[in-house]
Amino acid sequence: MNDIRTIALIAGVLLLLTVATAVGQFLARHPDRGLDPAAVNAFNLRLRGWWIICTVLAAAFWLGTTTTVVLCGLVSFWALREFITLTPTRKGDHRALFWVFFLFTPLHYVLVAYDRYDLFSVFLPLYGTLFVLARVAMAGDYKRFLERTAKIQAGLVVCVYCLSFAAALLHVPIRGQEPGSGANFRLLFFLILLVQFADCMQYVWSRMAGRRPVAPEVSSTRTWEGLLGSATSTALLAAVLWWAAPPFEPWQAALVGFVVAVMGFAGGMTMSAIKRDRGVKDYGTLVVGHGGVLDRVDSMCFAAPVFYHLTLLVAGQ
Amino acid sequence: MLYPAEPMPVDAAPPRRAATGRSAVCRAAGLTLAALARLLSGASVRWIASQPDTCQRVYFANHTSHLDALLIWSSLPQPVRELTRPVAAKDYWSRGVLRRWLAEEVFDALLIDRTDIKVHQSPVDLMLREIGSTRSLIVFPEGSRSVTGDLGEFKSGLYYLAKKRPDIELVPVHIDNLNRILPRGEFLPVPLLSCISFGPPMWLEHGEAKVDFLARARKAVQALKE
Repeated sequence: MNDIRTIALIAGVLLLLTVATAVGQFLARHPDRGLDPAAVNAFNLRLRGWWIICTVLAAAFWLGTTTTVVLCGLVSFWALREFITLTPTRKGDHRALFWVFFLFTPLHYVLVAYDRYDLFSVFLPLYGTLFVLARVAMAGDYKRFLERTAKIQAGLVVCVYCLSFAAALLHVPIRGQEPGSGANFRLLFFLILLVQFADCMQYVWSRMAGRRPVAPEVSSTRTWEGLLGSATSTALLAAVLWWAAPPFEPWQAALVGFVVAVMGFAGGMTMSAIKRDRGVKDYGTLVVGHGGVLDRVDSMCFAAPVFYHLTLLVAGQ
Repeated sequence: MLYPAEPMPVDAAPPRRAATGRSAVCRAAGLTLAALARLLSGASVRWIASQPDTCQRVYFANHTSHLDALLIWSSLPQPVRELTRPVAAKDYWSRGVLRRWLAEEVFDALLIDRTDIKVHQSPVDLMLREIGSTRSLIVFPEGSRSVTGDLGEFKSGLYYLAKKRPDIELVPVHIDNLNRILPRGEFLPVPLLSCISFGPPMWLEHGEAKVDFLARARKAVQALKE
């Protein structure tokens, strides 16, 4: 992965973070600039979280494909923890949940690590679903049966299945490149960058020009203006960075950026709806300044599968 | 449970063993198990209007899972943990070599016989004798694990503890979600996230009736649930 494009991409991100950190520190030292100190503090906390995330990511990249898949699996595991913790379950779900956590989730990631697309693409949605239904039924508690099993399945699909497509990008065959090479890592990095950029842009556009919330009952800060602004900005960034993502032409990259932003928005809305229903704001308290793992990966969960399949489509031409 | 009404003098017998008297293996096992429990239960620890302290305390908590005592114990900072002994049921924890070793050597638990309570040797007196003037206790005033996860009525032991040693700080503790991680009757845990909240210390008010005190203590635990 020591090619010039990978280095350029990583250097660019490091530069961006460094500049942002410098600006954040400057603003914190000069509170007389007329900016809300609470907002500056939140910004700095978020940045610190970003440094931690980037360091972990860089370490995983450096250690190789399998490590990255394992890391992604751990993130899935933690996200699923947060998801199920917030979802009321009954005692009859206990055994099903045990196997979901300790058998189905790890096994799915083993299939991803061994690049068995034929199996991992159906394992959780098909066999995971059948298992959860049957195991909960056999536990003997039929109260609100479909509702309970649906909750566990939703958690599995969103937190584990969807997110694993990000890790699966490392095995996508790209013409003229060795599988698992720097090109694949750049593809994954490209996706993470777009998703996070889309998140930020959504926030910025909603803050600056947001007037009409998509669903005010679910989230008052997610607006149509934010969605459109973030999708356009992300498409632009993707087009500019097309050289980093191997199989895409600039116009294809722009399209991918647009779709990724829209899907990320959809993921954020979905998690907001769940959180709103449960009456909480954030999912956990792992990294300072970031709500929880699930709060960080919700957009990624929705964007990763689409990005994966678009890549397959283009790379397969 | 019935206890003699008249206060009994607390004999100043030294604690059975000094806090640091455990062997290195037991300490390592304790640390490992504490770390494992923290990892498995994803516990976040909150001190609400309260601070960890090495002064003599009785932590009283709701009881929903076998992991409760271990988790409270592991949530305490190391110096406090060394001084704190969980109170556990003898009929459960002295069965089998492993359980007995865990209870007696690793966690330095104080085992109470629930089935054979004598008037002249009440559990409260035993507890007070064992902790001497330095050690703290973890107790579950409900007496046994709740089936539904709701907070049950408190047994009177806590009141007699407070009455005989009015100087000890009583710290309410609320354990959230652990009954879903390892419910009663299950032996395989589901690794959800839990939360342990320590509340502000309380004492027995002068002349406070038993019923009022127990109700107040129960409310203090419940209040930590938010």
